[in-house]
Amino acid sequence: MQDRQNWDWTPGRRIVGDFDKWRPAYEYMEEPHVSADGEKIAAIVKTGPEEFSVCVNGQPWESHFEKAWSLGFTQENCPVALVSDTAMWTVAVDGVTWNNWYEFVWNPIFSTKGSSITAAAQSELKYFALTDDIPWENSFLALTCLIATPDGKNIAAVVQDKRFAEADIDNFQQGCFTVAVNGNAWDTHYVNVWDLDFSGDGSQVAAEVRTSLYDYTIAVNGKTWDKQYSCVWAPRFHPSDGSVSAPVKLAGGWSLARNGEVIWNRRYFQLWHHIYSPDGNSIAAVTAPEFGRWTIAEDDQPWNLRFNELATDPVYSPGGDRIACVGKSGGKWYIAADDTIWDTPNDMAWQPVFSPDGSHVAAKAERDGRYTIVVDGRPVDEVFAAVMQPVFSPDGRRLLVKGILPESAGGQYCRHVFEVDALAP
Amino acid sequence: MNTKNNTETGADQKQIHDVAIEEGARRLTREKIHSVLSELIRTEGGARLSAYSNACVHCGMCSEACHHYLSNDRDPKLSPAGKVKQTIAVIMARKGKVGPDFMKKACEIAFTECNLCRRCMMYCPFGIDVAYLMLFIRRACHKLGVVPQYIQDTAHSHSATMNQMWVRDDEWIDTLQWQEEEARDEIPNIRIPIEKEGADIFYSVIGPEPKFRAQLIYQMAVIMHASGADWTMSATPGWDNSDMCMYTGDMEMTARLKKVHFEAATRLKTKRIVMGECGHAFRSVYDVGNRLLGWKMPPLPMVHAIEFYYEILQQGHIEIENKFEQPVTFHDPCNIVRGRGLHETARYVVDKTCKTFIELEPNREHNFCCGAGGGVINCGPPFKNKRVKSNRIKAEQLASAKSKGAEVVIAPCHNCHGGLEDIINHYELGMEIKFLADILYECMKKE
Amino acid sequence: MHEIYPLASGFLVWVAFGVFIGGTVLRLVLLALKARRKDPVIYQYFSFYYAARSIIHWIFPFASKGMRDHPVFTIIAFVFHICLILTPIFVAAHVILIMESWQTGWWYLPNAAADIMTIIVVLCLLFFLARRILQKDVRYLSTAGDYVLLLLVAAPFITGFWTYHQWYGFETAGLLHMLSGELMLICLPFTRLFHMALFPFTRGYSGSEFGAVKGARDW
Repeated sequence: MQDRQNWDWTPGRRIVGDFDKWRPAYEYMEEPHVSADGEKIAAIVKTGPEEFSVCVNGQPWESHFEKAWSLGFTQENCPVALVSDTAMWTVAVDGVTWNNWYEFVWNPIFSTKGSSITAAAQSELKYFALTDDIPWENSFLALTCLIATPDGKNIAAVVQDKRFAEADIDNFQQGCFTVAVNGNAWDTHYVNVWDLDFSGDGSQVAAEVRTSLYDYTIAVNGKTWDKQYSCVWAPRFHPSDGSVSAPVKLAGGWSLARNGEVIWNRRYFQLWHHIYSPDGNSIAAVTAPEFGRWTIAEDDQPWNLRFNELATDPVYSPGGDRIACVGKSGGKWYIAADDTIWDTPNDMAWQPVFSPDGSHVAAKAERDGRYTIVVDGRPVDEVFAAVMQPVFSPDGRRLLVKGILPESAGGQYCRHVFEVDALAP
Repeated sequence: MNTKNNTETGADQKQIHDVAIEEGARRLTREKIHSVLSELIRTEGGARLSAYSNACVHCGMCSEACHHYLSNDRDPKLSPAGKVKQTIAVIMARKGKVGPDFMKKACEIAFTECNLCRRCMMYCPFGIDVAYLMLFIRRACHKLGVVPQYIQDTAHSHSATMNQMWVRDDEWIDTLQWQEEEARDEIPNIRIPIEKEGADIFYSVIGPEPKFRAQLIYQMAVIMHASGADWTMSATPGWDNSDMCMYTGDMEMTARLKKVHFEAATRLKTKRIVMGECGHAFRSVYDVGNRLLGWKMPPLPMVHAIEFYYEILQQGHIEIENKFEQPVTFHDPCNIVRGRGLHETARYVVDKTCKTFIELEPNREHNFCCGAGGGVINCGPPFKNKRVKSNRIKAEQLASAKSKGAEVVIAPCHNCHGGLEDIINHYELGMEIKFLADILYECMKKE
Repeated sequence: MHEIYPLASGFLVWVAFGVFIGGTVLRLVLLALKARRKDPVIYQYFSFYYAARSIIHWIFPFASKGMRDHPVFTIIAFVFHICLILTPIFVAAHVILIMESWQTGWWYLPNAAADIMTIIVVLCLLFFLARRILQKDVRYLSTAGDYVLLLLVAAPFITGFWTYHQWYGFETAGLLHMLSGELMLICLPFTRLFHMALFPFTRGYSGSEFGAVKGARDW
C-alpha cells in the first residue's frame, strides 16, 4: 500500500507538471501516465528520429532509447519504462537503466508493498524472469502468466521445460509445461498450465492445469486435486487459511470448489473471477445464473440485478460487507453496488473503488468522450479529457481525482482533492 | 485452365495416411468407442441432432450445394446427406456401436470432406444444418483422440500460447514493434498502440498474421492512422482471435480462447472489437465462443474488418486517391457472408476502391466455398491434393470470372486466401489474390 | 374378412387418428423438452419473424434458389404434396361418410377432380421412385425404408381409386384402403413422414439463425 498519509490532501484543484505547456513541444507523444499520488505526469515522447524518451513533468529523461514502451509508475511514484538500445532491452527506472540487457523484456510488475520491479525476459530463446535487475538462475523454453507476491519477493510463471518437435502431438500430450517459482520448476508436468495465484504468505502457488486433453483441475505446489473436471477457471487462495478455491464445471453447470470439494450448491451457466472478502469469510463471483443473464453472486446467492451483456470488475469493500462491480446492458456500461444499479448509463466504466470504511464508492466513467468520477452514483462537478482511477484518503474524508482538463478548459493536468461529504448525494 | 488429373476423385483416395488418425484409432477399442459415443449422445446430442436426423427425407436437394460433390464428378458419397449417411446416421442407428476403422473414416469425412460452410443448409428444404452434424462427429473424434495431426497440433498451440501459431508473448510484441518501425519509414509518427487503456477499438488478429503476414498489421496500422481511429492491441495473450479448437471439436478450449480474447478487450476498457480479415475467427468470436460462455451475442460489439472499412469510407475518414486499376472479382467467405451478411458491405468497399468489378457466379450467400475453411486446410499437407481436387468447381467459377476479365481475386479471409491460392496454382489460373486491406492500403490517401 | 370391416371403419379409424395426432404432439413436446434440457440456446435464438420469413420462402414454389435450379422436381413435389393432403380431406366419399356420421361436412371435390388428383399422387410417387433408382446421389441416400414409405403412401391412394371405381375385388380393396390409410396415419409420427411436422421447426430455426444472428438469407 502506498504511503497515502503523506500525500497532499488539501482540498481543491492544483495544476501539476505544466502538462499543457510541454505537450505541444513534442510532435509525437503517447498517452500520459500519472503517478499514484498524482504529483507526476509522464509520457513516452519522441526526441529525435528513431529516438524516444520519457518526459516527466516537462523534463525528459537524459537518456534516449531506440524504443520505449510499457510506461508505468512504481507504488513509490517512480516512473519506469521498458527500453531498448541496439536491439537489446532492459528496464529504465527514473531514466536509469538496469545493468543487464536482454533480447526482450516485457510484462513489468510493480510490487504493491515496497519498490520491487519484476519482468519477463528472453535471451537466446531462453526464458526467465527478472526482479530488480537479477535474473532467475534457471531458464526455460517458454514463459508466460508471470505473477509476483505483493512484496515482489516471490515470482512464479508458467514455463515449458520439456522439448517437443514441430507437430509432435504425442509428446505435447505427455506434458511439457509446469510452473516455475523463483526459477525452480515443479516436478510434475501438465498438458497445459494457466492462471497462477500465490498464497497470502507467498509459500504456495496454485494453478489451473490440464492433465489430459479432457481433464482439468487445480494444482497446488505441484500436487493436483483428486477430482478432475471438464473445465475449471482461475484458482484463488483464501487470504489467510491456505485453502484454494476455483470455479469448476460439473454436469449441471458451473459451481465453486475448495480444495477439490464443491462448496456452492447452485449450478450456474457461467461462474468466474471469484474474489474473497478481505477477511476471507465471503466469496463473490461473476456469474450467469441463466444463459445470457449476468450478475454477481456472493456465497452462492446471486443478486437480483441482471446485466444482459456483461458483469465484470467485482470488488469488495475493505470491511468485506459491500460489493461493487461494473456491468453492461443494452450497449451501455453501468456501475452497481450491493445489488443496486446506478441510474446513469455510461459509455465505459472502470472498477469501482471503496472508501476505507466502505461507506462510499467512487468510479471512473466515460460519457460522450468526457471522463468523470462518479461517487455513490453522482458525478463530481468536473469533466476531464482523461482521468485516472480515484483514490480515497486514509481517513476516507477526501477523494483524489487526477485528470487532464479538456482543451477548452486549458488542457492542464490537475490534481483535485474533493471533500467526500460534499460529493455524496 | 489446366484440367489435367481432374478426373481422379477425392473420394476414391479414402483413408489418406495421417499418423495421428492412425495412432489414435489404434488405441481405441469398440467398448471405448461405444462408451464415449453413447455418453456424448446422452449429454450433448440435443434436439437438433434428433430433429435433423429425423427430418431428412433423402431427397438429394443438398447434393449440388456442395463443392466436394460437384468437384468429384458428383460422387454421391460427397453429397452433404451422403456424408451424414456415412457418419452420424450410422452412429445413431447403431447407438454408438462402431469400430476404430469406422471412426477413422468418419474422421476423414468430417474433417476433410466438409468445410462446414453451410451452403447446403440453404438448399435443404428443411434447413438441416449439416455443419452442426459434422461438428458433432468432430466432437466425437476429439473425445476419442482421432484427429488429424496438423490441426491437433494447432489446437495444442492454442492451448499453450492462446494463439494459433505457437507465437510466444515476446515474439508477438516484438512483431508489433517491428511493424511499427517499418511503418515509420513511410509515416514518421505512426504508432501501433500496445496496451492503450480506454481506446475505442480493440484490434485483434489471427496467429498467422504476426507469423507469416506481418505486413497486414503494418497496413492496418496505416489504415487506422489515416482514419484517425483510437485503437489498441493487447500485449498479453488474447490478441489472437483465431480458433482451430472449434474445428477439432475441443469446445472447452474454444470457450477458454474466447474468454481470454474478450477479457483482453474488456481489461483494456475498449468499446468494441475490430478484427482483421479472417472468417473462421469471426465465426468463433461472434457465433460460437460467446454461446459456449453464456453470451447470446458477443459482450462487446464484434466488427469485421470489412465493416470497419465500410464505416471509415462511408463517413469519409479515409479518402481513395486512385482507384485500383486491375479488374477484380470478389470471393464471399462463408463465415462473414452466410455467417454475418456482409456481402453488400464488402461490395460497397470494393466499389469505392476498385475501377472494375466482375461478379463471381454464383455469389453472395450462394458463393462456393474456398475449400480451405472449416479447418480443412489446417489438416495440413497429407490432405492438400485432395482438398485442391475437391474444389474443381471453384477453379471453374474463378476461370469464368477470369474469362470476363477479372485479374485479381479479393478474399477477405485468411483461410480463403490459402485455399484459393492453392486452387489458382494447381489449376494454373494465373490470377492474383488480395485482401481488401491490400487494395485499401494501395489506393488510399495515407496522411 | 367382413368381420374386420366394421373394425377398420370404426375403432381403427379412431386409433389411427389418435396415434397420428397424439404421436405427433407427443414427439414435438418431447423434442421441445429435450431442447429445453440440452439446447436451451435454441429458445433464445428462435425468432418468429425470421422463422416465418424462411418458411415462406420454402412453402412457395420457386421462392428459393434450390427450387429454381430444379424446376421439374419442384413442380412435381409441390403438386404431389398439395394433392396428397387435399385429396383425402375433400374427396366426396370421405366427406359423405363424415356427413352420415355427424351430420356435418364440407365442400367436396368433383369426382373427376379427385380421380385426377389421385392419379397425380400415384404418378408423382412413381416419379419419386424412378428418381430414387435413377439419380445417383438419391439412390445412394435411399434406404429400404424410403422405398417402403413410397409404397405406404401409394397404397391408400391406389386402393381408394380401385374401390371408388368398383373394379374387381373392390370390397377387399376398400378394406385395404381403410387399413393402409390407417397404417399411414399411424406411421406418420414414427417414420420419415414426420418431416411434415418437423418442417416448420427445423426450417424456422435455420431462418432464425440466419436472419436474426447472421444477417443472411437462407433460401
